[in-house]
Amino acid sequence: MFKSIRTMTAAFAFGLLATVSTALADKVVVSNWDGYMPKDMAEKFKAATGLDLEVAVHATNEEIMGKVTASGGEGFDVLFVSSPFAEALNKLQLLTPIDPAKIPNLKNLYPEATQLQHDPGNTFSVPYAWGTTGLCYRSDVVKTEPTSWNDLLTPADDIKGKTTMLATDRWLMAAGFLAGGMSVNTADQASLDKVRDQLIATKKTLLAYDDTTFYSKLVSGEAALVHAWDGWCNYGIAENDKIKYVVPKEGSDLWVDTMVITKAAKNPDGAAKFIDFVLSADNGKWVVENIMYKTPNKAGMDAIDKSMLEKYPNMAIAPADLLKYEQLRDLGDGMKAFSKTVSEIMAAK
Amino acid sequence: MAPGVLWLLGLMVVPCLLIFLLAFFERGTYGGIDWNAPTLENLKRAADPLYLTIFWDSARIALLATILALLIGYPAAYAISKAQEKHQTALLFLAMLPFWTNYLIRTYAWIVLLNPAGLINTQLMYLGLVKEPLPLLYNEFAVVLGLVYNYTPFVILAVFSSLQRMDPSLPEASRDLGAGAWTTFYRITLPLTAAGVAAGAAFVFVLSIGNFITPDLLGGGKLQMVGNLIYDQFLTARDWPFGATLSGLLIAIMMILLFAQAVAANRAGGRHA
Repeated sequence: MFKSIRTMTAAFAFGLLATVSTALADKVVVSNWDGYMPKDMAEKFKAATGLDLEVAVHATNEEIMGKVTASGGEGFDVLFVSSPFAEALNKLQLLTPIDPAKIPNLKNLYPEATQLQHDPGNTFSVPYAWGTTGLCYRSDVVKTEPTSWNDLLTPADDIKGKTTMLATDRWLMAAGFLAGGMSVNTADQASLDKVRDQLIATKKTLLAYDDTTFYSKLVSGEAALVHAWDGWCNYGIAENDKIKYVVPKEGSDLWVDTMVITKAAKNPDGAAKFIDFVLSADNGKWVVENIMYKTPNKAGMDAIDKSMLEKYPNMAIAPADLLKYEQLRDLGDGMKAFSKTVSEIMAAK
Repeated sequence: MAPGVLWLLGLMVVPCLLIFLLAFFERGTYGGIDWNAPTLENLKRAADPLYLTIFWDSARIALLATILALLIGYPAAYAISKAQEKHQTALLFLAMLPFWTNYLIRTYAWIVLLNPAGLINTQLMYLGLVKEPLPLLYNEFAVVLGLVYNYTPFVILAVFSSLQRMDPSLPEASRDLGAGAWTTFYRITLPLTAAGVAAGAAFVFVLSIGNFITPDLLGGGKLQMVGNLIYDQFLTARDWPFGATLSGLLIAIMMILLFAQAVAANRAGGRHA
């Protein structure tokens, strides 16, 4: 409850703030996840373009979404958001179309990165990082190496109580959908009920739901098999080379984090320059080496140390293979039934 | 007076009214709020057995935490009140000391202690007392433990202050007139400190039922309390209207409890006078 009140007051205060903030033509205001771009980005950007960069941070997509919908996007030029949120912001008409003429570094993207399901041709969003969601496990602890989502949903006896699943609703359900051969964007009641029953059965075998510390649970040995985003599994692999990552045979979702320009941007040209700067090979390389995510920036991927491709198997997945996976899309009106189903799973004993 | 009223208005009344207002609208298709169609749909949805079960479970866990906090906090407060006066401040200070550390850090400390590969389990296994790690974490036990640990100091403070206010000659008279130590406690001390017990209990219950961090971290997300449900509606489902409805219901429950506690305190005070 306290959190909700805080969110509301924050939104309220933000509304006040936005109306009094003044336009600064030579400044670009960006909101990103903390640590999701180089710390010295502002200095580098200033040196390259002469523009000032002001960086705000948001902890979650939902947080920046709340701020932007409460203020119409006032106060920000560029936002980093995951693709379903970029899609929702676009449908709410809060974004400025991307003008390729102003972002020459778009040429650094893989051709596949211009064919994303949520935005073919990058008309309102530019991809920054992308990857898969799969299984991360201790190869020295599990008796048989996992190959299927069912190895997580119905774990073998030796790893019962030693598995975790992502708590974030869309990915939690996606594991069930993929195991049942369904779309990750399913929202019809019969399918929801079916996946709900499976996930309630799975809940009894879980150590915990976890989307922040699952890789350290593998390192400490608390867990043997966890549901993981590929880059996060890499944090575990970096600490223990017995940790491995696999995309189950039924497939994965393709998640994409993107950059968008708000419609209310005070400095749309500066925003385009910022996105252009982020798409440089150096910044793409930084994402891979520091966040350990794959980037759709081909120039950046080409620049990384090739030993990373061997050590971190997700890095070697070809962009064409990524495109075979379905992206999570905004569910629109389907969200209510979806969210109720998730509550049913969470409340089950 | 005026700054206090402004404070209450700006930080308490207005946000609460906003929440009540939101409860009567629908989520927009892409999040946000659809202001066009006021509706009672959210209230109907909140009456679904699913959500009532979550409310009921939260109340049950909060009540359990309250009872345990009272059982631990009351004797602690009693012992502090019986200690030499020069030690009392130091003892109360020690009871409050955990508040100097962030709630999250204290919660993570419990994870370090309780997890299957953690300090307690490795020691127990090293000593040969158990063969398999005990399931101490990611269950209801851990959640209740976390709540009791965090909120017992409130009981200690509340009970201590009502013990201080009690006239010491009353229990003395009871003993002089031949009542035993237990009888004196049950018939004199406990009734005279009922207001402190009620205040401490209300603190623990209200803070516990709305808590979402402890079920999330110590419960491993497997235990859904109403705080988590509200958090999810606001931040995951982006359904602010339904989150607001649930918040409104929770606020109403808390108000009723605080009101009952105030009435109880008044009665106890009246009888004393």
